[in-house]
Amino acid sequence: MNITADRQPTLPPVVKQYYTFAEPPAEQVLESGARLGPITLAYETYGALNTAKDNAILVAHAFSGDSHAAGNYPTDAEGEKPGWWDFMIGPGRGIDTNKYFVVCPNILGSCMGSTGPSSLNPATGSPYGLDFPMMTIGDIVTTQKMLIDHLGIQRLHGVIGGSVGGMQVLQWCVGYPEMVRSGVAIASTMRHSALAIAFNEIARQSIMADPNWKKGKYYGGNKPDMGLAVARMVGHVTYLSDEAMRRKFGRKLQNKETFSFGFDGDFQIESYLRHQGSKFVNRFDANSVLYITKASDYFDVVEPMGKIEDRDGKNHEITKYLVVSYTSDWLYPTYQAKELVKTLKRSGQDVSFCEIEADCGHDAFLIPDQRLTTLIRGFFDGLA
Amino acid sequence: MVLPDTDNIRFDLRIIASTIEPGSRVLDLGCGNGDLLAWLADNKRVNGTGIEQDMTKAAACIARGLSVLQGDLNEEVEDYPDCSFDYVILSQTLQQVFEPARLLYSLARIGRKVIVSFPNFSHYSIRLQLLCKGIAPKNDQLPYSWYDSPNIRVITLKDFKKFARDVGYNILREIAISSDPAGSEGRIIRNFINIRAAYGVYIIEKIRPS
Repeated sequence: MNITADRQPTLPPVVKQYYTFAEPPAEQVLESGARLGPITLAYETYGALNTAKDNAILVAHAFSGDSHAAGNYPTDAEGEKPGWWDFMIGPGRGIDTNKYFVVCPNILGSCMGSTGPSSLNPATGSPYGLDFPMMTIGDIVTTQKMLIDHLGIQRLHGVIGGSVGGMQVLQWCVGYPEMVRSGVAIASTMRHSALAIAFNEIARQSIMADPNWKKGKYYGGNKPDMGLAVARMVGHVTYLSDEAMRRKFGRKLQNKETFSFGFDGDFQIESYLRHQGSKFVNRFDANSVLYITKASDYFDVVEPMGKIEDRDGKNHEITKYLVVSYTSDWLYPTYQAKELVKTLKRSGQDVSFCEIEADCGHDAFLIPDQRLTTLIRGFFDGLA
Repeated sequence: MVLPDTDNIRFDLRIIASTIEPGSRVLDLGCGNGDLLAWLADNKRVNGTGIEQDMTKAAACIARGLSVLQGDLNEEVEDYPDCSFDYVILSQTLQQVFEPARLLYSLARIGRKVIVSFPNFSHYSIRLQLLCKGIAPKNDQLPYSWYDSPNIRVITLKDFKKFARDVGYNILREIAISSDPAGSEGRIIRNFINIRAAYGVYIIEKIRPS
């Protein structure tokens, strides 16, 4: 973040809120047919909902993200990092909280306050573990819709998200087109390639191969930390790029001049990945990784995206789309964004597309970049 | 939503803009910073889309609220269903296209009418340069040398009319214009256009079996 950003006005202290619904016997029926309830979604809001309730923007977080998209908690220590998209959301920023009411829910299946495999199963009184029903991106979005209904919002000014967050955006557009004025999918895809599934499978196998995993029943005991750390290491490689790793690490050694001729880790990249792995273990649940990666592997909106015109444009204006990709993203490369654009063009949708040149790989959308900020500000403001 | 300054729009774009029916669907190929699309949206309630190869320009268009795709126009036009647009605009780009016949075929497929503008290489100043100086023509409208010019097609108004007829298009309207070096002012030329016009603007349509 640059220095001037620190002098910008910031959000007032933010609070994590909770909404619980689908209380038994009225459980939510998931796409798989399984029933789940009660469901709690943790969420945060920034800015104010106007009286017409038409200025809401839903921010969908990526796979390991959370509801803390911007600002600081009142309990944060001095210098604590703000939310994960703080450079984008706030007064006068790309998504201007002086104009828009921003809602960021933690996704179903996660472990950052929303119901997931680490939540208590009311039927047994202990954590769900693998008894948690398999959920999909469709189920994630259905629960988000319940929250939006609860907030009294009939139509969102926009839904925006990167990576798995972008999948949620597309799911919103096919599932509830009448509720979405605009959708912004960043570094995202209509469905996983074999490459993306492969990396997710390595992550899952790594967790399940950890002797502490115990078929998901590790709560209260030793957790599969090693497996989860390795899963995160693999993930991190896919979020970076060859260029970014060359620039940042190259073959530089970590705190040493010569090779150790052992396996303690010589290279900076090894040390970086180990650090990312152990950091992740402290904040994330291994079973949540299994469920969310599987949900993103199952995700496929190629067919419904192509048929959007059949249901759209009758009783409301059509959804406006913005698709953004990054030149160095090898997890969801530009060709996948272009397939989405092509599908939308073929079905007569209003779509804009921009490929941003950046060498930092898939995670580029999480790194402050004035180009993305300007694009998004202009896109949302241009809908008025 | 957007703040187009009509004074800043090139004269040939103003001529093009004047021919477009209000409320129509328009595709602008090589839309640059989106001046024409913004003007059309504001003044003619046009539902416009642009295609622009340059990332910075495409981003600038999106940031001013326009619907613009960053990409190569030769490829991007392939994806649209037939007659997706009332007008497809190709302004001052035809002379840079590698396969003009193929591109025009696509444009006439996706648009009911196609508006094409291009610099007239048979303008008298160009003829004189070639005749008297014996060098490849260079002027304010065509400021390039032979080795760095993006203009790989040398077209005259006469050439274009023949080409349009040969590939099966009706020329609905022909507007020959001269314009000052900055392109902000100009006038319509009516006589001896192949010699006197700096640019030609043509509205063409495919002869469709009814």
